[in-house]
Amino acid sequence: MIGEELVQLLTPEGERVSHPEYESSLTNDQIVSYYRDMVIVRRLCTESTSLQRQGQLALWAPIQGQEAAQIGAGRALEPMDFTFPTYREHGIAWCRGVPPADMLRLFRATSNGGWDPQRYRHSVPTVVLGNQALHAVGYAMGVQRDGAEEAVMAFFGDGASSQGDVLESFVWASSYNAPIVFFCQNNQWGISTPMSVQSKIPLYHRAHGFGFPGVRVDGNDLLAVYEVTKRALDNAREGGGPTLVEAYTYRLGAHTTSDDPTRYRIDAEVEVWRHRDPVERVKALLVREGTVKASYFDEVAEEADGLALQLREDVLAMGKPDPLTLFDDVYADEHPLIEEGRREMVELGVAGGGH
Amino acid sequence: MATTTMTMAKALNEGLRRAMEANKKVLIMGEDVGKLGGVFRITDGLQKDFGEDRVIDSPLAESAIVGTAVGLAIRGYRPVCEIQFDGFVYPAFDQIVSQVAKLHKRSDGVYTMSLVIRLPFQGGIGAIEHHSESPEAYFAHTAGLRVVSCSTPEDAYWMIQQSILHDDPIIFCEPKCRYWEKGEVDTERAPRGLFEAVVRRPGTDVTLVGYGASVRTMLRAAEVAEGEGRSLEVIDARSIAPLDLDTMAASLERTGRLVVVHEAPHTASIGSEIVSALTERCFYSLSAPGLQVSGYHTPYPPSRLEEEYRPSVDRILDAVDRVMGFES
Repeated sequence: MIGEELVQLLTPEGERVSHPEYESSLTNDQIVSYYRDMVIVRRLCTESTSLQRQGQLALWAPIQGQEAAQIGAGRALEPMDFTFPTYREHGIAWCRGVPPADMLRLFRATSNGGWDPQRYRHSVPTVVLGNQALHAVGYAMGVQRDGAEEAVMAFFGDGASSQGDVLESFVWASSYNAPIVFFCQNNQWGISTPMSVQSKIPLYHRAHGFGFPGVRVDGNDLLAVYEVTKRALDNAREGGGPTLVEAYTYRLGAHTTSDDPTRYRIDAEVEVWRHRDPVERVKALLVREGTVKASYFDEVAEEADGLALQLREDVLAMGKPDPLTLFDDVYADEHPLIEEGRREMVELGVAGGGH
Repeated sequence: MATTTMTMAKALNEGLRRAMEANKKVLIMGEDVGKLGGVFRITDGLQKDFGEDRVIDSPLAESAIVGTAVGLAIRGYRPVCEIQFDGFVYPAFDQIVSQVAKLHKRSDGVYTMSLVIRLPFQGGIGAIEHHSESPEAYFAHTAGLRVVSCSTPEDAYWMIQQSILHDDPIIFCEPKCRYWEKGEVDTERAPRGLFEAVVRRPGTDVTLVGYGASVRTMLRAAEVAEGEGRSLEVIDARSIAPLDLDTMAASLERTGRLVVVHEAPHTASIGSEIVSALTERCFYSLSAPGLQVSGYHTPYPPSRLEEEYRPSVDRILDAVDRVMGFES
């Protein structure tokens, strides 16, 4: 099913393996640090699911199983690169420096965005599948025109791979040789729609038809994802054009907290992927190579617990926005219907005071 | 005053040229806009003078034209997208409504969606299907967008420049059947703001409101009516969203009678909006209900029937008769 072209540098047992084209460049310090990232984003995700179950979030889109894909790709980025996420790129947002509480504003239903996309060079979440792939290509065309050495990364999943916007973005990126990496996390399921319905060929093969390279990487292998993504980003910055990276992974949890995956997939399949757990894999490597003291794992878990607690406090402190903010930033310039709406709300006394 | 006589097509071309000269972040993108100069030649010669990086011949995919323009706007560019014909805008509808209209808000004002989507609209050129539609209401309905339409070469020249300078996304509707009509253009000074309506012909009995190609038809109707002893005031709305209701209401308070003219089907149209908003504002000044002269509730017809479908002088005068028939 996975195919022999899958780039892998670390086995599920945490054993390094060689690959003819890729070699891990990560130092031990980097692996230790990225392990910490993975543990933290998983813990924050668990906390977010709990917050949703307790009625504190409208929805949550978990990332369990995709931590290596996101931390590997997120850490391969340079600070000046720009990323265009979906609503599930919490690991990427973490790498870009977005405060965890800001990632939850969308799900707390206090904002349709949540953070300053220019400050973190990480765009706001896109919920309509695939729209952001075109934004990323356009941004990359701007980078080209500026003569800047920056790369752009567009995120999407196997589900969005069927969207016209994603396929059009392939055409445009290829046509203009745009400095972009399409990072597709193939987590096998688009809610209940299996990969077999989305594509009869491996997704990364599609790139060839559009005229640029595609690579399938073991999305649960931090080392491999980092190397494959880094090379693709470097290539884009150097004028080599687009690459499609298919991170072959698995969504261990539900699509969102509103989903019930037991209705469409069997436990045995999930079990197979539990044995390929991306976080445990790096831990096994660190243990195998004696990179850290045994106490390190507890320290990281403790730190993650602390961040989760902080996240909970921050989220609970996030109150209902002032109703008058409804009218902010709809337009850049003044608009009579905005003034009319604001005036009506003030007169009705809904807002309770000035703004 | 430096006035020059030119067609609307030339005025748009000159306006685009001037905007590109003034700001190197202004880009033009679309199908056939470069080497060919656009199917209507609106962008004629611009690629030759500004290069392929600024006048971008795109693959044939409307969603991508608008979607990549969004990314360019995020990067600080001011793209002007050409959608070749009104009926081809729908593949881009998702990007326009879900992204162009909402990203300024979603980013708490960080992103400026400084892009213009040029849309040759309305009928009257004897074209085949999908080349003569009036989709303006879809966009006017969407918060975050602005929609304008020019009816004269002078407005075309200035409104395209004002739209490019504006920081909100603008759907720029061009009445394609007027592209070849000539008019005086003052190239030194913009006559008015982008979102202001204008009285094209003063009158006392009935207020006619329309935009785009309908303005010329309304003016012809007013001439005929004058021969019959009726004085029609003709207002060019210019801005479809937001509407300059102050200018329209000032007229209606004097005449007490309203006829709105446009080419789209009348249900949930700009005409419906104008009648509704002005009824609310001018209720006690009205001598008759406001009427619409519009397209019928049918798909745009094969063009051998388009003159029966589009608002004509006769249909406008019939509506004038009807509003005049109400006793106050």
